[in-house]
Amino acid sequence: MSRITHAAVAALATVVVSVLAPAPAQAVQKTTFRIGFVTFLSGPAAGPFGVPAKLAAEAIVESLNAGKGPAPYQVKGIGSLPIELVVVDEAGGGTKQVSEFRSLVERQNVDAVIGYIGSGDCLAIAPVAEELKMLTVLVDCGTPRVFEEASYKYVFRTRAHATMDAVAATLYLLDNRPAVKRITGINQNYAYGQDSWNDFEATIKTIRPDAEIISSQMPKFGAGQYGAEISALLSANPDVIHSSLWGGDLEAFMLQAQPRDLFKRAQLILVAGEPYLHRLPGKIPDGTIIGARGANGAFAPDSPIKRWLTELYKGKSGGLDPNYPAYSVANAFLGLKTAFEKAQRTKIGSAIPMGAAKNVKEEMEKAYAPANTEEAIASFENLVFDGPAGKVRMALGKGHQAVQGTAYGTTRLENGVIKLGNIKYYDADRVTPPEGVSSLDWIKSGFRKTK
Amino acid sequence: MKLDRTSVALLAVGAVLIAVGPVLPKWGVSLLNVSLCYGIVVLGMMLMMRTGLVSFGHGLYYCIGAYAGGLLDHYLKLPDMLLMVAGGALSAAVVATILGFLLAKYRDIFFAMLSLAFSMILYGLLTKSASLGSTDGFNVAAKSIAGVAVNGEGRQFAAYALTVALAAVCALLLNLYLRSHRGRLAEAIRDNELRVEYMGASVRNIVHLHYIMAATFAGIGGAMMSINIGHIDPEMTYWPQSGEFVFIGILSGTGSVFAPMLGALLFETIRSFAYEYSPNTWQMVLGITMLIVIVFLPGGLWSLFRQRRAP
Repeated sequence: MSRITHAAVAALATVVVSVLAPAPAQAVQKTTFRIGFVTFLSGPAAGPFGVPAKLAAEAIVESLNAGKGPAPYQVKGIGSLPIELVVVDEAGGGTKQVSEFRSLVERQNVDAVIGYIGSGDCLAIAPVAEELKMLTVLVDCGTPRVFEEASYKYVFRTRAHATMDAVAATLYLLDNRPAVKRITGINQNYAYGQDSWNDFEATIKTIRPDAEIISSQMPKFGAGQYGAEISALLSANPDVIHSSLWGGDLEAFMLQAQPRDLFKRAQLILVAGEPYLHRLPGKIPDGTIIGARGANGAFAPDSPIKRWLTELYKGKSGGLDPNYPAYSVANAFLGLKTAFEKAQRTKIGSAIPMGAAKNVKEEMEKAYAPANTEEAIASFENLVFDGPAGKVRMALGKGHQAVQGTAYGTTRLENGVIKLGNIKYYDADRVTPPEGVSSLDWIKSGFRKTK
Repeated sequence: MKLDRTSVALLAVGAVLIAVGPVLPKWGVSLLNVSLCYGIVVLGMMLMMRTGLVSFGHGLYYCIGAYAGGLLDHYLKLPDMLLMVAGGALSAAVVATILGFLLAKYRDIFFAMLSLAFSMILYGLLTKSASLGSTDGFNVAAKSIAGVAVNGEGRQFAAYALTVALAAVCALLLNLYLRSHRGRLAEAIRDNELRVEYMGASVRNIVHLHYIMAATFAGIGGAMMSINIGHIDPEMTYWPQSGEFVFIGILSGTGSVFAPMLGALLFETIRSFAYEYSPNTWQMVLGITMLIVIVFLPGGLWSLFRQRRAP
């Protein structure tokens, strides 16, 4: 065997051995709280969602670690342990994300995982998180399937699911234009687009059985060219165009539709239009109905937590306002922090041995140790905490799925900036199905409040 | 029958890997699981490449295998690992037999693009099927192996052992085939089809056969991957996935049936660590690896081990 071969074999062997060697044992004393943070850093969802989410996460962690959080989040880090972020790209689909999730848990020894924007990724990760007993907070995916098709102990989602987007959009539309008859839609042909349209269509049919669904355009994800769809919509002569387009697709569609006067007569609804508002002045006609998938961003009522997030985010992003993914990320970090700190307070409160002098030292040490995952889960379930867009209630999915109110508004251009007017808020109970009922069944039942 | 050295080594490595399974760190097991599933798929790529053909749409059969297994669980409520793998292999083989009648006529870029087209047709179909979860896919949970119910740690080990065993058996069978009379014709076809025809062999039949074999490997790999990962989505037949198989195929080289396994392990290791340590530039890390291999090891990773045979 030649020398080169020997060297090569040795090198390969080293790689294999080092890869397969057992990971170093975990430190006995925890000095940091390690959080795996997974978000799109590449691909089409990186621009509008992934990178804003990462900027928000970094800014929030810096601020919390410095103890500069707003009330009631002034405790440093999580339970006084500084937070350490391990950032991973969400690109590549469910299969890769499952492998990466395993690496985060088994190689990086994270204490919790926060992340996931893609619904497919959330569906794929949840059972693995359960298997690995890893506390995982889903950040921004919308599909109601996660907690409607299964129930989990270790998985939480601190944002409301996407059903309320469609229900609130319909309520807002019918409040403002009660006479609409001819309904159309343009949504991307992938899971989120299909779900958005199906929910909207079902809601319209339930509330206004006399309205006609004229046309549903389903261009493929990332199509870029919408000439044919715009022609079809024009010839449908619609009163309403519903769309869940986002990112580059939304921008391209608006650019191509506006010169053809598609929006002259038709009312446009963009259920996920908010993250791109700063890029679209002049491209969105006045009077467009815009949603932020929750009362996020411009819809959020003023509060110290909102001001805190806005200031932090502006500092990181060069002056931009935080968009809804940033709000979702804030919910996740604040929820996790609250859960761990509440668990620790409960432990201290119940452990102080009044009068009983036996094993005081041990008991106190145990009580003041950081809360473990199981304890945190117990206090995370059914938790109510303050987020930047108001109260977050973990009310669905056996206390694992958040509900929040939502809002819609109408655009108008003012001094080159898109402003939102005529904002209406919708309570969570009005736009979210009750526990144990699937979203579509709930809509079709006429929004019944009980099973 | 006397086994050659490669076959003996394959069986030995397989047995050792299964034996050390319980003491390997868990992430090592999942890395091996994913790598070996890829390795099984790339075995087929290697056979095609030996025959002088590169498929840009091999994800088609990988995906068919995964969905066939997944549907067995989802609709027929037969979540048995062996059944799922058998179902995946069979479905892939059936589809490949049909498509092979058309594809075996084509070579070079025409073969590559046609195979890509078929994989994207499946992608389009799956994306439009809301009942299969569209782009979100659905979860798969294998609950038994050969009728024996498994769960928790036992399930993990069963899946790992099955992955290793399948990888070893697939590689062994391919090795035996490549050493057979017909198997040796692969490289002859790559070098000069006309001569092979003059010798009395039907090039088209052999290409068709190899295509079916490659598809079957991909079906097995896909079904096993769905068992290991627990989730399937149309991404499995999207072109970047097929591109990854070509990437691993080139990285590995066609020298030995060991090569795809090593190539896949190296690829997964680099990718996984790059994801973690350079989340913003992991694509670049993979690109540079590819560049280095092409420039310094044009015969793939396996050429490192073959130099001893050079005069």
